[in-house]
Amino acid sequence: MALLELPVKNKPKKETAPEDALTGTPGTRFSRHLILCLVGLVMLYPLLWLISSSFKPSNDIFRQLGLWPENWDFSNYEQGWTALNQPFHVYLINSLIVVVFSIVGNIFSCALAAYAFARMEFTGRKLFFALMLGTLMLPGHVLLVPQYIIFSQLGWLDTYLPLIVPNFMATNAFFIFLMVQFMKALPRELDDAAQIDGCGPFRTFLRVIMPLCVPAMATTAIFTFISTWNEFFGPLLYIQNQDLYTVPLALRAFMDSEGQSMWGPMFAMSVVSIAPIIGFFIAGQKYLINGIATTGLK
Amino acid sequence: MSVLTKQTHGSAAAPAAQSGGQRRRGNSRRTNQRSGYLFLLPWFIGMLFTIIPFFASLYLAFTDYNLFTEPNFVGLANFQSMFEDPRLLQSLKVTFIYTFVSVPISLAIALLVALVLNRGLSGLSIYRSVYYLPSLLGGSVAIVMLWRYIFGNDGIVNGFLRWFGIQGPAWVTDPEFALSTLIVLNVWTFGSPMVIFLAGLRQVPAMYYEAASIDGASRWRQFRNITLPLISPIIFFNLIMQLIGSFQTFTQGYVMSGGTGGPADSTLFYNLYLYQKGFTEFEMGYASAMAWLLLMIIAIFTAINFIASKFWVFYDN
Repeated sequence: MALLELPVKNKPKKETAPEDALTGTPGTRFSRHLILCLVGLVMLYPLLWLISSSFKPSNDIFRQLGLWPENWDFSNYEQGWTALNQPFHVYLINSLIVVVFSIVGNIFSCALAAYAFARMEFTGRKLFFALMLGTLMLPGHVLLVPQYIIFSQLGWLDTYLPLIVPNFMATNAFFIFLMVQFMKALPRELDDAAQIDGCGPFRTFLRVIMPLCVPAMATTAIFTFISTWNEFFGPLLYIQNQDLYTVPLALRAFMDSEGQSMWGPMFAMSVVSIAPIIGFFIAGQKYLINGIATTGLK
Repeated sequence: MSVLTKQTHGSAAAPAAQSGGQRRRGNSRRTNQRSGYLFLLPWFIGMLFTIIPFFASLYLAFTDYNLFTEPNFVGLANFQSMFEDPRLLQSLKVTFIYTFVSVPISLAIALLVALVLNRGLSGLSIYRSVYYLPSLLGGSVAIVMLWRYIFGNDGIVNGFLRWFGIQGPAWVTDPEFALSTLIVLNVWTFGSPMVIFLAGLRQVPAMYYEAASIDGASRWRQFRNITLPLISPIIFFNLIMQLIGSFQTFTQGYVMSGGTGGPADSTLFYNLYLYQKGFTEFEMGYASAMAWLLLMIIAIFTAINFIASKFWVFYDN
């Protein structure tokens, strides 16, 4: 157990206000709070409006600017759920499949690569590391056409493989970088102790390093979840079959197929589609905030 | 090197080396080499899928490849026709306006809010979360569609304007205003640079400010002479990342315009046009050339930034 509580560089600082900074009279502090609250309200207003509109009858949506529905109407959810080719849970499951495999792939392949970069000595390590960092800057669209050709030749169009398989090949340098930073902060004595006890490199990695990297893996998992759940371009390119649509494609189909009167159901399904993100955000805030503070991920 | 010595020390110190330990000691260097490459195996395969397409697309940029017939080498023809293609020039214009308006504004707001939050208010983590949440949602289809309705003819923005007796324009369908709605959307996601700024501001040692206020430096002087230089590397980092990101905007333009880039190509982002060329018209040679032009543009802007950074970024070593 003691091992799990080892101090780590990325450990979140205690969330107390810096003492020096409790400046200003109560009046100025109050006005600061007031301004911050107002800005926060403006920021959240679109989201709150979306949620409240999803409970309003379509006719009321644009007539009421207020956030509290005068006539509660849950039929938007029923209608939205069945408005497309497939009931909406099919799209949710499709997205979930892609997300789960992407998370597993990212965590495992990036952790393996990170362990090699953080702990092992081999010829070309510095060069490979620089190459890895270089891919951070590379705009993905440069690789687009040839990758599309490769995937279509493999017969992978209209499957989830083009969306999933790259994640098993440590193609996301951000996460490798994040984990390298994290592993470097772990004391090397742990590896040595494991090796003395007869663990090979793989067992050391699996039994000693991986369990200690749970916070970094959680960050990776949450970021992978959010970006994969939102991902629009990849599915747009590779998925033509409507039954295989992921949630973003399905949402867009709402706009193609439905007339003006379908706002309510569309908003309802929009709420369904962003609810998991907000949920993950609330559950994993600590990891998210630490993650972007160390790597600058979006 | 240090690892190796440590390991040999370790195994030498281990009592009664078993046969396995014996072997490992002898080949420790080679074992480490081999397992290093083994751990990197997925990454090596991934790199293959990066490097080969990288050069393949460079080659395709000089061909007339269209997915159905064999590519023919056409020299610089793609690049020449790019500069005579009005839609390409329009897409560059859209992307540049979007980037150079929204990135400075959102970075300025991010820094400002981070500074206010850093003054030690109770409820910091709540504010931080509220401001950060939109940046997780800004690229999602649901939010871009929502934006269409917020800025629609009868949307809530025009509803608010009507309170003040102003008849707002048709934001989404008027080519003059369509892009500005997406700029607002991008500014709305200032939360992620803000969190990075906040993390940077917390690293500035409090004693600097104490010393400065004993010397009688004003708030503004403290900001100008302490805060700004010390967080300039973070401003630089945010600037680079935001620039690279917004040059590559796709979803916002696609969803806002239903894939066309309209009205009147006013939301035709560069990558949206690239997608249209490559995957609806199947001019893949042309699309590859476009991708390389974008790569060069990004590289040039990043290089300019790195050169300029010598004059304003302060590294405290």
